[in-house]
Amino acid sequence: MVYARLILMRLLKAVIVLLLIVIFNFFLIQMAPGDPAAILAGEAGAADQEFINQLRERFGLDQPMYVQLWRYVSGIVMLDFGYSYRLGVPVFDLIMDRLPATLLLTGTAFVLSLVLGIVAGSMAAARVKKPSGSLIMALALVFYATPLFWVALMSVLVFSVYLGWLPAYGLYTVGAGYTGFALVLDIAQHLILPATTLALFFMAIYTRMTRTSMLDAAQQDFVKTARAKGLKPSVIQRRHILRNALLPIITLAGLQAGQMVGGAILTETVFAWPGIGRLMFEALQQRDYNLLLGIFFFSAALVIVFNIFTDLVYRLADPRIKGAS
Amino acid sequence: MSFFARFAQNRGALIGLIILLLIIVMAILAPLLFPESPWRMVQRPFLPPLSQEGFLLGTDTMGRNVAAGLMHGAWVSLLIGLVSTSVALLIGVPLGAIAGYYGGLVDDFLMRFTEFFQTIPNFALAIVLVAIMQPSITSIVLAIALVSWPPVARLVRAEFMSLRHREYVEAARLVGQTNSTIILRQILPNTLSPIIVLASLMVATAILLESALSFLGLGDPNVMSWGYMIGAARTVIRQAWWLSFFPGVAILLTVLALNLVGEGLDDALNPKLSRER
Repeated sequence: MVYARLILMRLLKAVIVLLLIVIFNFFLIQMAPGDPAAILAGEAGAADQEFINQLRERFGLDQPMYVQLWRYVSGIVMLDFGYSYRLGVPVFDLIMDRLPATLLLTGTAFVLSLVLGIVAGSMAAARVKKPSGSLIMALALVFYATPLFWVALMSVLVFSVYLGWLPAYGLYTVGAGYTGFALVLDIAQHLILPATTLALFFMAIYTRMTRTSMLDAAQQDFVKTARAKGLKPSVIQRRHILRNALLPIITLAGLQAGQMVGGAILTETVFAWPGIGRLMFEALQQRDYNLLLGIFFFSAALVIVFNIFTDLVYRLADPRIKGAS
Repeated sequence: MSFFARFAQNRGALIGLIILLLIIVMAILAPLLFPESPWRMVQRPFLPPLSQEGFLLGTDTMGRNVAAGLMHGAWVSLLIGLVSTSVALLIGVPLGAIAGYYGGLVDDFLMRFTEFFQTIPNFALAIVLVAIMQPSITSIVLAIALVSWPPVARLVRAEFMSLRHREYVEAARLVGQTNSTIILRQILPNTLSPIIVLASLMVATAILLESALSFLGLGDPNVMSWGYMIGAARTVIRQAWWLSFFPGVAILLTVLALNLVGEGLDDALNPKLSRER
């Protein structure tokens, strides 16, 4: 089975990359300012040398570097990311607690940006030399150049402060006690602003990409054939050009996953969305390095999983590509 | 047609260039128009725009002049954008050149290395790097450079691969030029135009990255930057919209201008490749 071997190869590569990130993380923790034992002792309210030494022994901080590295790596293999210095809770639990909100936000934004981007891009491609086509591209460029966190703030200002249409903060209305369908509706309302904000930037990328890709596809021989056959332009546009133009967009979507993480950090920060991006911001403010690096590792893992997924979709969509990676 | 005439044919690029020049002028005039530190409290806080003479854009939560911050911030944004892009080029160009010129195992190794950096979510990596190294202009520049060199390496590698078997390169080899001479004197000059176009777009991305970092509180605590201004005004958005509005417009215009200039450079430097618009 070509696919099985392919998936296996990709997984092996992913494991190597993740292992490298873990090692990288370990050295970053070593570089982080402040002695973790002293910080823990400080949190416990005692700072005498005796106690610090005890802690150091307990957490293995007195061991040689390679022993510590080994412990750190094998810990992460067992999903033990250590403790958050500030909260005293396992990092893994904190991340798992916040992950669903992030997946909901990025998933919605991803689908939204892809659909809107492809629609806008094909409209622009069909109107290459018309003002309406140029307008779409100009808008895409503006969205591309706008800082995400600023769009987020401005949309709070307009849609929640002035117009009062949508809630600006959080995942659901705290204290309203909604259940069932009412809760779903409430969360959906809270999702609109963050998801749209996050989607705008990616929509701009997909719009530009779809247009370029469609203009390229329109030059191909099979399009000339279709035109010579007398097919309607709208049919050619949809069934011949768009379908072939979609392939590079799938690849690009995979590459954008890393960017999506960055966007989620900013969007979640502004909208107080309780996901791992917001958690990263909180870790940053409290200088909670262990938590920060745990989230960093986790976000890289998410991106890799998503990359493998898009790679498979790409291969399913284009049967011409077999095996060769 | 001259270089500038080709550039100016793209109307968007011309507009971009004008905006960019205005921002550069802003940065240069900042210390002349506002010789005082932009951190100094000069009036009562929360002064709305146009409400008091001399405070065109109002004051912030601490009574600092927003217009002064905006002009001093221009300098920081441009500086960080340019320097971090240069550092990224210093990493990416040699790696790409070596990988593309030598090929084989060297290429394999360098490309795996590049892929590794491309897989890591780049904004998250930048955050971690700045947080660990402590926020300063140097750490911000380094972090931005470290996350933005891979596209340079890939571009330069592709160019070198397509040029390394050209006749003039073979000729240079035949007359006994060393590999380093061929790389630096024969091939590299021919790859400059795509590098310049990419670099102009990278400056724009670097400015966005810097503003996002300082928005999250990872800016250099000693310099006033646009991202910091927005970040500091985030919690008072209901009371004082102007504090986050104006710096955001400044970032948007700068990044937009650089993108437009990049497109214009692409048209001017690669006249054959540029598409009909």
